[in-house]
Amino acid sequence: MSPAGGTPGDLRGGGEKGRAEALLEVRDLGVEFRRRGAEPVRAVDGVSLSVRPGEVMGLVGESGSGKSVTSLAVMGLLPRRSAHVTGSVRLAGQELVGMAPRRLAALRGDQMSMVFQDPMSSLNPVVPVGVQVTEVLRTHTGATRAEARDEAEDLLRRVGIPDPRRRLKDYPHQLSGGMRQRALIAIALACKPRLLVADEPTTALDVTIQAQVLELLRVLVAESGTAMLLITHDLGVVAGLCDDVTVMYSGRVVETARRRELFGAPAHRYTEGLLASVPRLDGPRGEPLRPIPGTPRDTLPWSRACAFAPRCAYADVACADPGMALREPPELGGGHAVRCVHPALPAAAATAGAST
Amino acid sequence: MSGVGAKDRDDVESRSEMGTGDDVLLRVRGLEVHFPLKKGLLLDRTVGHVRAVDGVDLDLRRGQTYGLVGESGCGKSTLGRALLRLEEPTAGTVELDGQDVLALRPAALRSLRRRMQMVFQDPMSSLDPRQSVESLLTEPLRAHDVPGGPQAWRARVLELLEVVGLPASAAARYPHEFSGGQRQRIGIARAVALSPDLVVADEPVSALDVSVQAQVVNLLEELQERLGLTYLVIAHDLAVVRHISDVVGVMYLGVVVEQAPSDELYSRPLHPYTLALMSAIPVPDPAAEDARERILLTGDLPSPADPPPGCRFHTRCPFRQETRCSDEVPRARELAPGHTVACHWAEDVRDGRITPRADASDPTATREVATGS
Repeated sequence: MSPAGGTPGDLRGGGEKGRAEALLEVRDLGVEFRRRGAEPVRAVDGVSLSVRPGEVMGLVGESGSGKSVTSLAVMGLLPRRSAHVTGSVRLAGQELVGMAPRRLAALRGDQMSMVFQDPMSSLNPVVPVGVQVTEVLRTHTGATRAEARDEAEDLLRRVGIPDPRRRLKDYPHQLSGGMRQRALIAIALACKPRLLVADEPTTALDVTIQAQVLELLRVLVAESGTAMLLITHDLGVVAGLCDDVTVMYSGRVVETARRRELFGAPAHRYTEGLLASVPRLDGPRGEPLRPIPGTPRDTLPWSRACAFAPRCAYADVACADPGMALREPPELGGGHAVRCVHPALPAAAATAGAST
Repeated sequence: MSGVGAKDRDDVESRSEMGTGDDVLLRVRGLEVHFPLKKGLLLDRTVGHVRAVDGVDLDLRRGQTYGLVGESGCGKSTLGRALLRLEEPTAGTVELDGQDVLALRPAALRSLRRRMQMVFQDPMSSLDPRQSVESLLTEPLRAHDVPGGPQAWRARVLELLEVVGLPASAAARYPHEFSGGQRQRIGIARAVALSPDLVVADEPVSALDVSVQAQVVNLLEELQERLGLTYLVIAHDLAVVRHISDVVGVMYLGVVVEQAPSDELYSRPLHPYTLALMSAIPVPDPAAEDARERILLTGDLPSPADPPPGCRFHTRCPFRQETRCSDEVPRARELAPGHTVACHWAEDVRDGRITPRADASDPTATREVATGS
């Protein structure tokens, strides 16, 4: 197999020029669900993003934003019959959209793998954890049973499962939630994938366990040069773990930026509203929160206007623009793109502070 | 900033002075909820007990919000349910306005439930999908035979919808027609329908989208002001709890390990578990995230059927000492006005005389994880 990643972690945080070439390149991805006798549903619409080795791209959005469908499309896990995928997904130059299922299956688990939110429903409840780990190894590397078992034990130890030899014989229900998620991560890492897609990997876990799992992922990415696509709704997790952030709303990317840019100078009114609405541990107390009105379901179709307009305090007639594109306002740092006709732009003087 | 601090200190003082006064709505002492562990088909032997709640003292003051935080399995939900006798406590006392809740017979308990209501986490499973909103909101009025009959009830339903910010047209609709946030509003309307004194809210916003959570938090605060409610808010999200609560209690494995006025607890946490919990919460601020030092805990929550001896947290505590921790149960001690902590070494931890043990760091932090080729 080709060597994994191989990009030293010290490229992180370097200038735009010094960054490694992207491992995962998604261009203009679209997913439409079609059902006989029903209007097609456009779940993902023109999504582009790239993930570099040794870096984490955070994909943020609420329910219905299309973030999970995007991740499933990248992995080629959408049902072929009903989901119509357009655009391009390239993994190290290889086009995945339209690839034969058999070839795609050979890549999954080997070159790219996925960690799901709920470990109980993604682990097989009637098969011991050890068998589920060795299965991946034996399928993709042709290891013997004994080799695979030793390797599996080593993997479980590395993800922080105590007494791994005994744990290999356990069934998923015998493990705690945190242990199960670790086992799932061990399975995902078994073949040293170059791309790891994690869909809400810590949402089902308690905060202290979440901190353990996030630390594990952080170390993994930094030390092995794995490229990671992290799907989450938790802005705190994004702030701590991601290098870049892409914010989705109603199937489209509304903002994308380096981590510090996004949190320092959120430009899209949705991002801005989201950050303002969460109570902060270090913020002032005693004032009412400032929620975004309405719900994520109150959207307009992008073909008519900005989908966020019905909830946006800044919306006016100009927002009824079907051709609204992602653009990079000069007031923002390089690579900071926003899809909004009335973005929140930092005052000229404040720009310096935000872009460091 | 300093002005705010001064005001808070006044609050703390006035509260602790009133400590034993009449302003306590709900007084809980030594509350225990133990679930028997059964084994065997015929004989049904009890082989042990899950000590979900194991000796908790609480005072809920009128018009205030008590926030209860802790991780899953710490007993916080069981505690909330036990206060309303949705679970039967096995020991201890619960007094609402001096009336012993645990001694009440079923009929008396029913009428007392008018004064104590609950808001559940998932409004989809706590609202009957086959009942219209009007029927859902009329049910408590009918059950407690609120005077006035159907006509007054109908007026009350419309009033309730207005109070929680739903249109009158919602009355004829069914739960599935609403979004999560709106459903939670219906759940809240149902809870306040009988003008209760106490509302226990178990994870009221954690099932909601981030942008909607703030709406429901604001609604709860508005209602508190408008209706003079007393809240017990149970949640795992410390930021939400800090925002909404006047007093916060931290639970671990069935006991309250620390309790303090909200600002005091968050600015000066004393118990090692609280410290770890606070340091584990991701903050949406990259600078703060990069700068912070995490106290990572080892392992998982021990089984509440077999809690560790001594301090229950000692098996995971990074500040654990050779003496006392593993063999002496720490009593709750008041180290600042209204700020109690159950840790033998709280002062030493606070003043930096004890530092976290190096070997307590997480095993996942081993330096060679996964795919290094």
